[in-house]
Amino acid sequence: MKVKTCGKPQQSTAEKLTGKWKYVKKNWQLYLIFLLPALLLTIIFKYFPMGGVLIAFEDYNVIEGVLGSPWVGLDYFRRFLSSPDFMSYLLNTLKLSIYGLLWGFPIPIILALLLNRIRRTGIKKKIQLLIYAPNFISVIVLCGMVRMFLSPVGPINQVLGIDTNWMTMPSAFRTIYIASGIWQAAGWASIMYTAALSNASKDLEEAAIVDGANVLQQIWYVELPAIKNIIVIQFILQAGNIMSIGFEKAYALQTDMNLPASEILSTYVYRIGLLNGDYGYSTAVGLFNSVINVILLIVVNFVVSKLNEGEGL
Amino acid sequence: MENRIKIKLGTADKVILAAGYTLLGLFVLAIAVPLVYVVIASFMDPNVLNNQGISFHFKDWTADAYRRVLENDMIWRGFANSLFYSAAFTLISVFITLLAAYPMSKKEFVGRKFFNIIFVITMFFNGGMIPTFILINQLHMVNTIWAILLPGAVNVWNLILARTYYQSTPKELREASAIDGATEVQHFFKILMPVCKPIIAVLALYSFVGMWNSYFDAMIYLNDAELQPLQLVLRSILVQNTPQPGMIADIQSTAEMAKVAELLKYATIVVSSLPLLIMYPFFQKYFDSGIMVGSVKG
Repeated sequence: MKVKTCGKPQQSTAEKLTGKWKYVKKNWQLYLIFLLPALLLTIIFKYFPMGGVLIAFEDYNVIEGVLGSPWVGLDYFRRFLSSPDFMSYLLNTLKLSIYGLLWGFPIPIILALLLNRIRRTGIKKKIQLLIYAPNFISVIVLCGMVRMFLSPVGPINQVLGIDTNWMTMPSAFRTIYIASGIWQAAGWASIMYTAALSNASKDLEEAAIVDGANVLQQIWYVELPAIKNIIVIQFILQAGNIMSIGFEKAYALQTDMNLPASEILSTYVYRIGLLNGDYGYSTAVGLFNSVINVILLIVVNFVVSKLNEGEGL
Repeated sequence: MENRIKIKLGTADKVILAAGYTLLGLFVLAIAVPLVYVVIASFMDPNVLNNQGISFHFKDWTADAYRRVLENDMIWRGFANSLFYSAAFTLISVFITLLAAYPMSKKEFVGRKFFNIIFVITMFFNGGMIPTFILINQLHMVNTIWAILLPGAVNVWNLILARTYYQSTPKELREASAIDGATEVQHFFKILMPVCKPIIAVLALYSFVGMWNSYFDAMIYLNDAELQPLQLVLRSILVQNTPQPGMIADIQSTAEMAKVAELLKYATIVVSSLPLLIMYPFFQKYFDSGIMVGSVKG
């Protein structure tokens, strides 16, 4: 970079533009063959629907389309913000993901630290292979297993000698959701930390041992610093996604009886939008959800980068 | 490996390590027990399973559930559909993503920042369920495979992984091939792709598993029973509690039917999960290298 600029006087804007144009012309393959397919798909399937959020402000009907339907302004937003149902779904969404984050986030880190202590690679590999397995089980199968294990005639009730129908209890829903999530994802999530730890400097660790550091000190002064950056990035990504908690699992664990705890914003949007056909209102709810999500991401990124000496995402 | 210095452990360290290994052991058990239970339960006699759970008397074991599941057409059709969707999606998605990541990996690529923003925005903001549904409808893609293959084909996260991986390959590769007169396309396919096998393997695995295990798009876009992937067949059996009629048609009493239906769920889970569980260990050697790329800042 330096070589290019130091000899010449300041380039004019026009010169810069022709330089860029020359690059594009010379490297047309990069644009037309490499980039274009992905760009087209992104514009069609991601950006067109973003324009479609206009129907959150319209009395949408199919015949007049997104651009022709009558304008209703912020009616839908007023409607759901004053609705107690909406508030409880919002709270459900927040509780589910915040508790999920608080319980689920540290476990992969602890797992990785423990795995890192196993010196025999054979055993370590076998354990890793086993704890990754649940990641390859589908959401539907996981939820099916949960439903069977917790059914009144299922093994958990058989062991406890009772016949509680857990899936109908709103108070049990969050625990079921979060615990099964940890069962499925914690092992796989540890992979990143394990990989980073195995790349961490062994010299540093050995020096610490020679200096008489005990296990906890080794973890605190050598191992955690080695994975700090990954922890930070993971935390930002996950905390920023608090509002976009997945539809698929919540929907597959819902029963009519546990809805008071299990109805979250995405399943609510599906119910009123696609099942009841109230497009405008449900799009407004979805838009609200996305906007909060983006704000959260920005805030979390800002806070973490302040705490982490300027290193954010 | 063996030149590691000998470690003398204090009492406190021993206690901590013992507690740690116990914790790890418990976690391993918690993962293994449900998996093993499902497998054993799938071989049980329906009455035994219903009354006392699993048993280790082999006279109570039967492969009857597997016969019923494997004789069912819906399961097989679901398998065939899912295999086709996942393979097609993996091909399209990985190919397009690998291509797009290439110019984005070049520091001097004009417009790099702009295109990067275009892609990254879609990671955090989208039109949402309903506008996407309306679009797919207007494009007349409902009840076609394109509705589930195309909208998610550009995976920005994978794009970042691929881009970061390219950047870790030596820059001299392109300089050398340019001297030989290779175009970017020739360079990409003949020189770059062969050294990118680990990342291709990881992206392919992610895409395949993601498509194989998802059900939402298929649920809203594929109403035709002929087109339904395995997960939707599973959903009606496992979640909506409606066994495929053909599976239990020969049973007379309703009570008996309910017991067999419960048993069938276990066998269905084993049959449907086995392919991926057999497949992923072959990818294990790629996990570390592929995943590490992902942890580097994008």
